[in-house]
Amino acid sequence: MKEAPLFIHHGFNIGSWYMPPFVIYTWIVMGLLILMALAVRSSLKPIPGGLQNVVEAFIGGLRDFTVNTMGPQGLNYFPLIGTAAFFILLCNLIGIVPGFESPTSNLNTTGACAVTVVVTTHIVGVQKHGLKYIKHFLGPVWWLAPLMFFIEVIGHIARLLSLSLRLFGNIRGEDLLLVLLLTLVPFLIPGIMVVHLLQTFTSFVQTFVFVLLTMLYISGAAEHAH
Amino acid sequence: MKKTIYTMLMSLVAVALAAPVALAEEAAAVATAVKADHSGIYGYVAVGCGLAMGLAALGTGIGQGIAAGGAVEGISRNPGASGKIMTTMIIGLAMIESLAIYALVVCIILLFVNPYKIF
Repeated sequence: MKEAPLFIHHGFNIGSWYMPPFVIYTWIVMGLLILMALAVRSSLKPIPGGLQNVVEAFIGGLRDFTVNTMGPQGLNYFPLIGTAAFFILLCNLIGIVPGFESPTSNLNTTGACAVTVVVTTHIVGVQKHGLKYIKHFLGPVWWLAPLMFFIEVIGHIARLLSLSLRLFGNIRGEDLLLVLLLTLVPFLIPGIMVVHLLQTFTSFVQTFVFVLLTMLYISGAAEHAH
Repeated sequence: MKKTIYTMLMSLVAVALAAPVALAEEAAAVATAVKADHSGIYGYVAVGCGLAMGLAALGTGIGQGIAAGGAVEGISRNPGASGKIMTTMIIGLAMIESLAIYALVVCIILLFVNPYKIF
């Protein structure tokens, strides 16, 4: 399989740990997000213009969506949801630029995001309900409890797998599509731009689905059991 | 009596001489069987992956068609709710799409990660 031409295609070692290329791209994404946040924060105006407008529109839309889906208590979890949204969106989009590779086209990054979300749901459940959080796993009636426990545990593992694999598969699929297409034609033929539109659309949709599922899982753990 | 003892001893000697030769042949046969080449397996793997992705696309196409059809009918009945309906439709399409993505991940693993080191 032909390799995509990247700016960074070897990792390097820090001490005895190996930093593969996608980790370095993750650092680039983090750096870009921090730069954007600092740039907006240093020039806050009551009537926004330019970059502040875009960021405010994005965060305002996300905030309204969170309140619609989770109720007003959802704003407690808004830092996690906002970070996940910005990070995954920028990770997806950076793969379209020639020379860069999406960190989310690697199962390690998406697995890390999914593990974070699933662990957060359990922490939220224990925080809200204490040890009675177990009742979420035991089903509606007491005599089904052993069976329901296994089904719920398998369901939670399936959540982990499906969150990570959905994001990984989508972004890796469009990555492969772009690489295969670039072996056939050069980059700037107008017909090929349709592929870039498709990739942009998929990036936004996958971010949206990930964030929505995060909100649903957190609100499912925070609400009362059956 | 002497003749039977003689025949038995001679047969034992014959077995003792022939046994290492037969076992060596068996060992050689086993060794060559272990080093047999699996280069013909890639064809079956490729056919399997093509079939898997085709069937996954079939199921996904039908499912997403039904979802989009329901969404369009909902909008036609109630154009004011088109925002909510379209949001729900996009979510439903992404959920259904993820089933085809699972099949894609299995095919990628079989073709590129080559887990059994067959080819």
